[in-house]
Amino acid sequence: MSGILNSSIARKFAMALSAFFLMFFLLQHFVINVTSIFPNNGATFNKLSHFMGTNALIQYALQPVLIFGVVFHFVMGFVLEIKNNNARAIKYAKNNGAANSTWMSRNMIWTGLAILAFIVLHFIDFWFPEINTKFIQGDWSGMHNGQLRYFHELQEKFVNPARVGVYIVAFVFLALHLLHGFDSAFQSVGANNKYTKGLKTFGKLYAILIPLGFIVIALFHHFNH
Amino acid sequence: MNLTLKIWRQKDSKTKGLMVDYKVTDISEHMSFLEMMDVLNEQLVNTGEEPVAFDHDCREGICGMCSMYINGEAHGPDRGVTTCQLHMRMFKDGDTITIEPFRAKAFPVIKDLVVDRSSFERIQQAGGFISVNTSGNTQDANAIPISKHAADEAMDAAACIGCGACVATCKNSSAMLFVGAKVSQYALLPQGQVEAADRVLNMVAQMDAEGFGNCTNTGACEIECPKGISLENIARMNREYLSASLKG
Repeated sequence: MSGILNSSIARKFAMALSAFFLMFFLLQHFVINVTSIFPNNGATFNKLSHFMGTNALIQYALQPVLIFGVVFHFVMGFVLEIKNNNARAIKYAKNNGAANSTWMSRNMIWTGLAILAFIVLHFIDFWFPEINTKFIQGDWSGMHNGQLRYFHELQEKFVNPARVGVYIVAFVFLALHLLHGFDSAFQSVGANNKYTKGLKTFGKLYAILIPLGFIVIALFHHFNH
Repeated sequence: MNLTLKIWRQKDSKTKGLMVDYKVTDISEHMSFLEMMDVLNEQLVNTGEEPVAFDHDCREGICGMCSMYINGEAHGPDRGVTTCQLHMRMFKDGDTITIEPFRAKAFPVIKDLVVDRSSFERIQQAGGFISVNTSGNTQDANAIPISKHAADEAMDAAACIGCGACVATCKNSSAMLFVGAKVSQYALLPQGQVEAADRVLNMVAQMDAEGFGNCTNTGACEIECPKGISLENIARMNREYLSASLKG
């Protein structure tokens, strides 16, 4: 086991594991967000958000794991990028990357950086105020003006068209990142077999439909408030 | 056809190189790329200039010696060929062709377009072999039952000629397609099982020590490989490595 933590394949494997975790989290986040467009004025969304926001297991166990997963994924992304750049000291005068690989696969660092910038904005919008309310002000009731506050807070954030625009652009970058990342993660853990073709199709659907769904939800709230 | 060539010239490994323009005329479309380079070199010799150094040996796509990064692609714009198998019919009259050495920290330039690929040899020496008792009692390999599927996959992996196009093409200068092929060709066969764990651990350790980059699964290596080595070999190497690491 001694050498594994410092090897190129172990780094690939760790990157893939964190990617699987984040892709699963994204799906879970999406499922909860979908409930915000249910025709019950946010009742389901409020209930789920309150559960996620106050459940001890989620708050004290899964949330730190998620934060570690996000930080690990982008820190490892930077480490790999630096190491990979160092592996070619002199660049080609002419390089036709488009002849043999997709734009998405060659630009994971840039789409990743765009997503990272979005995460900062997303944290400022939702996560930091949530942490402030619960952990600093000590208010775990989830109530505001006599009702659960989550749906109302969500609607307020999507009033500003500029913010909606930024969210849409960020989800396009997320789709580009996932278009390579989904099946790349499977290849990294050694899964390349008779199911790979089907998995790639599923990965493309996941990479397009999930970000598209987030965009639809953001637009829905922008035009319905 | 008449062509303009932009070629990397570098006196030796310590001197800084630069791109130099040359003109060649009356090039037949039936020539191989290396024959076109021969014409250029004859022209340079006749004018008292230093000919362009480039690697070549068998000139029939077997030895893996010829390299060159031509118009932004390893072994040029054709698929499934080495540079010696690349024909001038892939180009048009009046074209400008950029010719560079394979670039990687682990493939230092020796002179002009010649690079030192001995890092591949060291990876191979780290585990790319099987130990066989050759005292006279060696078992006939054909007596060992091997499934057709495994034999075919091993043969496909063994088709790797170690030219280094995968490294040259990879945006990260990763050697994982080469090492994946070499690990796979033994891992798939019963003769390779005995040393399988040590082989993959040692070869990957040597690959990392040589300074190759990490694979990010762009798939460019598979497209540019003259022998069509599949990415499945990298996935197999990953599985072999993880399994060997966990066993200790």
